[in-house]
Amino acid sequence: MNTAPVVPAVTTSPSASFLLWLLLLVPLLGGIAVAFLRDAKTAKLAALGIALLEFVLVIPTWIAYDPAGSRIQLSSSMDWIPNFGVHLALGVDGISLVMIALIGLLMPIVIGSSWADKLPEGRSVGGFYALLLVMQAGMIGVFAATDVFLFYVFFEAVLVPMYFLIGRFGGPRRQYAAVKFFLYSLLGGLIMLGSVIGLYVVSGDKLGSGTLDWATLTTVISQESQATQTWLFLGFFVAFAIKAPLVPLHTWLPDAAAEAPVGVGVLLVGILDKIGTYGFLRYCLPMFPAASKDLAPLVLVLGVAGLLYGALLATGQNDMKRFVAYTSIAHFGFIAVGIFAFSSQSVSGAVLYMFNHGLSTGMLFLVVGMVIARGGSTLISDYGGMAKLTPLLGGLFLVAGLAGLSLPGTNSFVSEFLVLIGAYPSRPVFAILATIGMILAALYVLWAYQRIMHGPVRGDALLGALKGPGAVAAPETATRQGIKDLDAREIAVLTPLVVLIIVLGFYPAPILDVIGPSVEATLHSVIPLGGN
Amino acid sequence: MLATVLTAQPVPPADKLSAPAIDYGAIMPVLIVLGAACVGVLVEAFLPKHQRWPVQVVLSLATLAGAGIAMAVYLGDESTPKNGVITLAGTLAVDRPALFLWGTLLVLTLGALLLIADRSVEPGGAFVAEAAIRPGTIQDRAQVAGTGMQTEVFPLTLFALGGMMVFTSANDLLTMFIALEVLSLPLYLMCGLARRRRLLSQEAAVKYFLLGAFASAFFLYGLALLYGYAGSVKLADISNAAAGTDRSDALLFGGLGLLVVGLLFKASVGPFHTWTPDVYQGAPTPITAFMAACTKVAAFGGMLRVLQVGFESTSWEWRGVLWGVAIVSMVIGAVLGLTQTDVKRMIAYSSIAHAGFLLIGSIALTDQGLSGTLFYLLTYGFTTLAAFGVISLVRNADGEATHLSQWAGLAKRSPVTAAVFTFILLALAGIPLTSGFVGKFVIFSAALQDGMAPLVVIALIASAVAAFFYLRVIVLMYFSEPAADGPSVTVPGAFTTASITLGVIATLVLGVLPAFALDWAGSGTFAFQ
Repeated sequence: MNTAPVVPAVTTSPSASFLLWLLLLVPLLGGIAVAFLRDAKTAKLAALGIALLEFVLVIPTWIAYDPAGSRIQLSSSMDWIPNFGVHLALGVDGISLVMIALIGLLMPIVIGSSWADKLPEGRSVGGFYALLLVMQAGMIGVFAATDVFLFYVFFEAVLVPMYFLIGRFGGPRRQYAAVKFFLYSLLGGLIMLGSVIGLYVVSGDKLGSGTLDWATLTTVISQESQATQTWLFLGFFVAFAIKAPLVPLHTWLPDAAAEAPVGVGVLLVGILDKIGTYGFLRYCLPMFPAASKDLAPLVLVLGVAGLLYGALLATGQNDMKRFVAYTSIAHFGFIAVGIFAFSSQSVSGAVLYMFNHGLSTGMLFLVVGMVIARGGSTLISDYGGMAKLTPLLGGLFLVAGLAGLSLPGTNSFVSEFLVLIGAYPSRPVFAILATIGMILAALYVLWAYQRIMHGPVRGDALLGALKGPGAVAAPETATRQGIKDLDAREIAVLTPLVVLIIVLGFYPAPILDVIGPSVEATLHSVIPLGGN
Repeated sequence: MLATVLTAQPVPPADKLSAPAIDYGAIMPVLIVLGAACVGVLVEAFLPKHQRWPVQVVLSLATLAGAGIAMAVYLGDESTPKNGVITLAGTLAVDRPALFLWGTLLVLTLGALLLIADRSVEPGGAFVAEAAIRPGTIQDRAQVAGTGMQTEVFPLTLFALGGMMVFTSANDLLTMFIALEVLSLPLYLMCGLARRRRLLSQEAAVKYFLLGAFASAFFLYGLALLYGYAGSVKLADISNAAAGTDRSDALLFGGLGLLVVGLLFKASVGPFHTWTPDVYQGAPTPITAFMAACTKVAAFGGMLRVLQVGFESTSWEWRGVLWGVAIVSMVIGAVLGLTQTDVKRMIAYSSIAHAGFLLIGSIALTDQGLSGTLFYLLTYGFTTLAAFGVISLVRNADGEATHLSQWAGLAKRSPVTAAVFTFILLALAGIPLTSGFVGKFVIFSAALQDGMAPLVVIALIASAVAAFFYLRVIVLMYFSEPAADGPSVTVPGAFTTASITLGVIATLVLGVLPAFALDWAGSGTFAFQ
């Protein structure tokens, strides 16, 4: 791999750089406007309109990005706080572009899926969608920022809407979950702040005046001594490991995902957690190559531990949302292994997995939400034989599950396969352990599917819905009243996901082409030091 | 050196005694404030009762405006020296940091005065009709129901402000001590003037007075020892004396230690913080706001000058001790704040934690440390001012409802108040896009530059712990169901609204576009003479 330049070149292309600002401002201003809409229906329609507009804006951005071009594109920059050399600087590389596309894609789906949600009493519909849109703006900002300070601001700012979304609109233990989520993330953020300040001070010592410009920092900090790099690396790493989340910093995710409304949960596991793995790629590897190489075994151990531990706990879960959260922890372990195996296949696979995981786990979360909306219970043991009542929902549950266990022909298979073949030459032990994780994935997905969908119709959630409270009817005589199959809105929400899962399973090239050069450039900062 | 200083000013014959040169332009803001305070006392003496309140309010606000204009004129004057002037026979140093602190004090006092002047939130204002009324008596109940008020609080505020301004620009320790007393005595008095909960208020005043008197004594004793060491009370002379002599260090560090205890007490830095929660809780809320914002600014302004001008050359010796003090303060503030059930006490413990952060900036003896601490003082003052402004609004039949359980479900009944308070709490926690974040960034980067990485790490962890109790209030306001007989939020009058708005807008602006204020804070260093 000798094509990528060592020093990332940033080009300013004013022609299309306004697109990123639009992507940032449309949901932000739209969200603020939606907050003032009193009528529920209007608020929903406005939010959906803004989310669709955002998706439409992603398309020209995708086209304007030239994979063969420079490292950071569509970039623009203006002074913000000159005292610290802080800029309002936006730009994308292939990795962040793919993540922004995922946000643009998932947001209308999330809004569509939340359409019929019953909010807790006294909560305003406008407020819910406003928070969703503001969070979308924050997430776009996280992925588009090319100034470390700006990145940090978005990184922290995303917490606030998420905190209110869980705490105000979530399930029975929402307060506990919201506070736990916020404190974990804030602690990680503050530790990272130490490193951000450290970057500023170290670059000030080197350059005369400190800067927080990402491109400058990658060239300056990567030349620093091992010890400096290690300390700064650890600050970023802890924050990202909490966000991702890696075992043992994962305990907030099951609580947060279980209590969050379904749509919010999709964003949480589908996008917000990716900030962690994205941070590894964008910040840890290029800025601290020596430390990354040094500590790679540690991260690999955490990754493998996460993917096995997450899989085992997912198998044992009785709560469906927690089940999805634990499968997600397992997948993040996989992504971490892919990133820190430092081969171009494994990192490409990991980035592709970041995108695919948003689709497959997002869909699984949505389908689980639809099951819960019908049965009124989140416990797997309250269900059984549901596919008899809702064959379409059962079938789509299976599709989402199979994508989650990486069946060949689904999108996740490509990414997991790339991670494994990329990791095997340099890290055979970890690759083999990760394969065990894949086998466990088949176990937990199929077992959950079987318990919920197959066999005779049983369980309190279904029988209760069939016959009213206290019914103990023989399931074969049960009628279909009470439990209906998917309606048109739900089919519309799931269709794009199903299509993408299958298309990308056979033809992942559109994504791989975009991320390829950026992955090479990221790896190039680590490999020349004599790694694998 | 000793000999020269002691003999430097031989007593001249009476006919040759000449007045020292005074740069009136430089000290005009202080003169205006102290002069107006004297006029305010005369107003109390000669005007009939019903005319005093409007006259005092207009006089006080005009004073602040006048002092601000005088400062702007002085700064705008081309002939004003950039590195400051020393005037009044070397007792006052009007340099850039002093002017920044004066500006900060004037603006924050404006906010506090607006709270003090408000008579719509509590009919008649937050102050007792006659301070001499004994709690629990018939007269006391009558004054609670009435609208009379001790308007002496306005001149007292101006005296305290004048003292604070002198304190931050005092170039010698004796002037500093006098300024300390001028700023403290009115505060002791004002703490005991609450209209409701008189006993609590009086207890706060007595506690503050007794402990404050001890702290003043410490300061004075330290001053005496330092005079014994250097033969001068001027900070620059002490610094010169300490550089490269073989005099006994016991006097120097004994003196410094006692002096700093006095300063740390005023700044409510742990472990010298014990008065803070009680006084913040017992004092009338507008006075708490004034103390939390302005006393902090004055105390740290004085501390910065003492440490940077007087003791920079010996920093190796004493900095380790202040490291420890900063850690203790942050830990006490963050950990004990977790256990509080009263919102005023909670903010008090938060202020102790913030004092620890400020101390980190103060002991980073660099230009960045100075400008960072100055900036942090500005941001913290505005935020805490707005916080107490909001606290004064949440009331039930007995006055302010400060118990946290009474704040449950506040967002449902008054979403705007809850949103404003949430923003303030996020600023105190240091979330980006608020001034609290930029303040933390400047202080911690200065500390890191000056080689205090472990302290920064501890400070970040303390911030995370402190965030928990701020979050708890947000949880209560937003996620809990309101209590059946909970307090109601008073619709604030123009004065309180203006004050809260000032605090919130400043918190937002300094968080989003802090460059201009950072430029001001970094525009110069202390004059050394």
